[in-house]
Amino acid sequence: MHIVVCIKQVPDSAQIRVHPVTNTIMRQGVPAIVNPYDLFSLEEALRLKDVHGGRVTVITMGPPQAEAALRKCIAFGADEAILVTDRAFAGADTLATSYALASAITQIGKDQAVDMVFAGKQTIDGDTAQVGPGIAKRMDLQLLTYVSQVDALDLMTRTVRVQRRAEGGVQVLTTKLPCLVTMLEGSNEMRFASMDNMFRAARYQLKVWDRVAAGIDDVGKIGLKGSPTVVSKVFAPQARTQRAEIIDTESGEPRDIALTLLSKLFTQHPKLGEAISKRAT
Amino acid sequence: MSEEKRVPVKKAGKGKYELSEQLKAYKGVWVFVEHERGEVHPVSWELLGEGRKLADTLGVPLSGVVLGAPGLATRRFCEEAFFHGADNCYLMEDAVLNNYRNQPFTKGLTDLVNAYQPEILLLGATTQGRDLAGSVATTLKTGLTADCTELNIDMENRSLAASRPTFGGSLLCTILTLNYRPQMATVRPRVMALPDRDNRRLGSIVEHPLGLIEADIVTKVLEYIPDNRQDKPQLAFADIIVSGGRGMKNPDNFQLIWDLALMLGAEVGASRPVVQAGWVEADRQVGQSGKTVRPKLYIAAGISGAVQHRVGMEGADVIIAINNDPNAPIFDFATYGIVGNAMTILPALTQAFKQRLAMAKMAG
Ligand SMILES: Cc1cc2nc3c(=O)[nH]c(=O)nc-3n(C[C@H](O)[C@H](O)[C@H](O)COP(=O)(O)OP(=O)(O)OC[C@H]3O[C@@H](n4cnc5c(N)ncnc54)[C@H](O)[C@@H]3O)c2cc1C
Repeated sequence: MHIVVCIKQVPDSAQIRVHPVTNTIMRQGVPAIVNPYDLFSLEEALRLKDVHGGRVTVITMGPPQAEAALRKCIAFGADEAILVTDRAFAGADTLATSYALASAITQIGKDQAVDMVFAGKQTIDGDTAQVGPGIAKRMDLQLLTYVSQVDALDLMTRTVRVQRRAEGGVQVLTTKLPCLVTMLEGSNEMRFASMDNMFRAARYQLKVWDRVAAGIDDVGKIGLKGSPTVVSKVFAPQARTQRAEIIDTESGEPRDIALTLLSKLFTQHPKLGEAISKRAT
Repeated sequence: MSEEKRVPVKKAGKGKYELSEQLKAYKGVWVFVEHERGEVHPVSWELLGEGRKLADTLGVPLSGVVLGAPGLATRRFCEEAFFHGADNCYLMEDAVLNNYRNQPFTKGLTDLVNAYQPEILLLGATTQGRDLAGSVATTLKTGLTADCTELNIDMENRSLAASRPTFGGSLLCTILTLNYRPQMATVRPRVMALPDRDNRRLGSIVEHPLGLIEADIVTKVLEYIPDNRQDKPQLAFADIIVSGGRGMKNPDNFQLIWDLALMLGAEVGASRPVVQAGWVEADRQVGQSGKTVRPKLYIAAGISGAVQHRVGMEGADVIIAINNDPNAPIFDFATYGIVGNAMTILPALTQAFKQRLAMAKMAG
């Protein structure tokens, strides 16, 4: 079995700070990590490989530095890694990104047919959840998003059964390979990298593909040119009403502050006060 | 959209954008009416409320789009769509549309768009809406902006200006889809206000066939297991929410949030770092990548008010912020602010509410 996992290198948002004065984000020195949502998909792919054998290839489209993220995946146990990188990809929105990745995965499939593609549910930086569905559509794969559990995989009949998170419940679905799966967060836990795999990752020669190697000849479909959406402006959110009415804390005693706040709350928002009071009964 | 664009912003500002004649034919605002188990997701009504404003600005009709199995329910959904502002509905009925599945719904919605050509198509950013929107936008090769917090019309270009938070910052960005149609966007539940329901409103229904049979569809639904609603926090519809952030410092202090919430019969919310640290379950995260809430009262302790948190809770009627930093951004949009240590203010608040409620009880 051949599984391809799409990953993205992202800045570790937990370590991003907003500049207290200028209100802009401070990217410098923020470490890059594998998009956390992708790891649930990678782990699931590795588990399937543990049971059914075969091979896991990880792929990313990104700048040359993204190689570090791919190496991390090799350390976790992926077999091969491909970095798709080209200046022509710059400025890609999700439509252009899914086109580039679908082309590259099609290229990978020429070497050994791809049975399943995994992608992250969404990234922590773009947060769109659109690239997975986009790749599936372009490659005509069955799409299984928000999967909380892969129940069964039968390579003879080429069917897979999964549990998918829907609004208000869980769908149990079966479908045929090839398919594309995005895993729900928390559905599994990434294994520890083994010593062997860590050594392998350090020495691993990853494949670097440019646009041509990824099988893309139409530059009109990638990068900024291939992106229907444009960012027209960036702006600060408007103040909601005005700044908060600051409760006078001169008196300093928490008890007094609390009582002052409550009397304001109950007199200035009588309806809310009523709703709160009702809770007493 | 859009992975974030670090690189060149395509200059949209330079004058007007002329649409091709073919794309000019795209008219009208559509809202996909999402339903599961015989119930319409409220986000669809919220979108109709917002869609109404867009349609009026553009001077075009507002339509609901209902896909489902034949039966009374789908007609009822169309009727409800009229009550919530739609002028007409596109209805596609077929037995294979009984449960949501990507393949038939993608075909159905794509066919409808190609046949009737709307200029704007809005969907809820739910598991169903996101699954469908990504597939439909890719099939139509058009732009899609996810998780918008604001929708407007850019009159100069007669285009949808969809705004959403930028990455990791305290800024929002506006995204346009200039020479592609329809312009697609998703909006998360509770971000937009529910419009008034007017049960005298009428509308017309346009029916369109799907043209698929079950044998064409590869994915099968074996079972649907409904959630047990009791064991899940119901943040989205809570009247009062008490939320804690990283400023609570540790899980022990976070107990003070629970104490106040319990006193008020409120739900407990949290900022993302608190969820990431594992102090509370992921279902309690408020914000861009968590839940959007619209309570009557939102109490935020030790939360700085980053834009990703703010977009999830600024729809609250009253916001009380407790933060020891007088310059914390949350004071820019809270109703009341207390500059002080949450560890001492919270217990005092719990005590004060307790007394209030006891008095209210005595007063009957
Ligand atoms: C793509 C993306 C999506 C995101 N989605 C979300 C989301 O859904 N929800 C979310 O919340 N965040 C989200 N974030 C993170 C967001 O940018 C902020 O980092 C986060 O909201 C900060 O949480 P916080 O306010 O708890 O922590 P901090 O920003 O660290 O603020 C802690 C606050 O506590 C105050 N404080 C410290 N000690 C005390 C004390 N003793 N008493 C009172 N106050 C005290 C400090 O002054 C400070 O203002 C997202 C980020 C990205 C990049």
